[in-house]
Amino acid sequence: MTKTNLNRRDFLKGAASVAAVSAIPLSTVELAFADPAKNFTFAYISDSHIQHIKGSRFVNNWDRGLIRAVAETNLLQPKPDFVMFGGDLAQLGTKPELDHGAEMLAKLNYKTYYLLGEHDYYLDLGEYWSELFGPHWYSFDHKGVHFVVLNSILTFDEWTFDRWPTAEQRMLEMAGLDNPNGSPFMVGEKQRAWLAKDLSGVAKGTPVVVFSHSPIQKIYKGWNFWTEDAEQVQALLKPFDDVTVIYGHVHQIQYNQIGNISFHAVMATAWPWPYPRAYAQAESHMPKITVPMNRADPFFERDATGWQFINLKTGRVDMEYNLKNNTNRTVAYNPNTGRPEDTRYQAEDDRITPQIHY
Amino acid sequence: MAKKTFWAAFVVVGAALLLVGYGLHADEFTDQDEERWQGEFMSVVTEGRALWGSPALGTNGVACGQCHPNAANTHPETYPKFQQQLGGVVAFRDMINWCLMNPLEGKKLALDDKQMIALEAYATYERRGVALDPGKH
Repeated sequence: MTKTNLNRRDFLKGAASVAAVSAIPLSTVELAFADPAKNFTFAYISDSHIQHIKGSRFVNNWDRGLIRAVAETNLLQPKPDFVMFGGDLAQLGTKPELDHGAEMLAKLNYKTYYLLGEHDYYLDLGEYWSELFGPHWYSFDHKGVHFVVLNSILTFDEWTFDRWPTAEQRMLEMAGLDNPNGSPFMVGEKQRAWLAKDLSGVAKGTPVVVFSHSPIQKIYKGWNFWTEDAEQVQALLKPFDDVTVIYGHVHQIQYNQIGNISFHAVMATAWPWPYPRAYAQAESHMPKITVPMNRADPFFERDATGWQFINLKTGRVDMEYNLKNNTNRTVAYNPNTGRPEDTRYQAEDDRITPQIHY
Repeated sequence: MAKKTFWAAFVVVGAALLLVGYGLHADEFTDQDEERWQGEFMSVVTEGRALWGSPALGTNGVACGQCHPNAANTHPETYPKFQQQLGGVVAFRDMINWCLMNPLEGKKLALDDKQMIALEAYATYERRGVALDPGKH
């Protein structure tokens, strides 16, 4: 594996001169590489919040978001090697919601990986989700990159097991984003021990990509744009040269760089969330380098929702946001500045009015 | 004649007393009064917060708070303002009604409905301290 990776890195040095590739249309990306076998892409769909009304009825708006993301992903050219689903498939974790969502995702023409969001978890603690999609945390290797999938939406045992009279109430309490009865997300000691062991077999030069539902960084606790043990997880990732964390939950464009770790958030297919700064009564810590998504126009049902096409050609992420009612955005790792940057809007002067949130 | 004068004087003095009395009375609110008024207001804010998270306003289970945690991104301080899709300058309540009818697939509320006032009280309270900026987009 180390050898493969060295080859890959050598190749990447040669490929540095085509860094501008992220600006060319998706359909021509593959042509830029001498050895197409080294180049790979994947798609990322997240936060569909499929919501059961009753009987065979589901909230149409959220259904449409996922159906469209699946249909568009199936049209990708070049084809992605796999698809990641980033959690919150369901709104209240029920079997009808998970079944309905699973059926829609089953139409993807690619190998698909899944992770847990709090909306999938807190009804039956992920039991039915596991029947459909498998383990709550795991890792896999693909073309020289080590991928880690975390369940980052766990919380204190007392909150999970002792506080609520029913599972339904527990689910509802966690489902309200701004609910003061909620509880901070965490990866937890047991899973961190697993992660340490998992990473111990990985060469330090291997690119590592972590998928989680919550940000493995602290942005705003009030809405759980937050992972309580973020620093401890970051410490486990620190020894590696190239680390990327991709997370859902926040329903908006965010990106950041902490030490060697690049962070990217993904859009929801269901609905956008405000940036924490829009809540005037609390302080938050949005990464300063993030150029926000456009302010959502509610009159366009799919505005400020979307899905992602990700190019891993450098072992770092080029994130193409496929937005339904806005111009697509690309946030790519800039090797010169050592951080992810928007390829078009990063400089203050280049930003547009709808990117100003208040 | 004397009787008329007497009655006229009576009316004038009476009216003056009423005015003075009323004026004095208006100044004489106490901490307890303020506490009561604030309590009344906050009880409506609390009711509004409950409605904000309630699926009962619509027909599809969706609640206002799903897209607007802490009523964020509703910007009550920018109304009245021009809303192209609503065909003119509208009040915050008109936008609340648009949301009730569309994402929530429900019926609109009367503009003076107690629930409407509670929703508006909650969203505005969450935006307290932000300067008024009518018309802003």
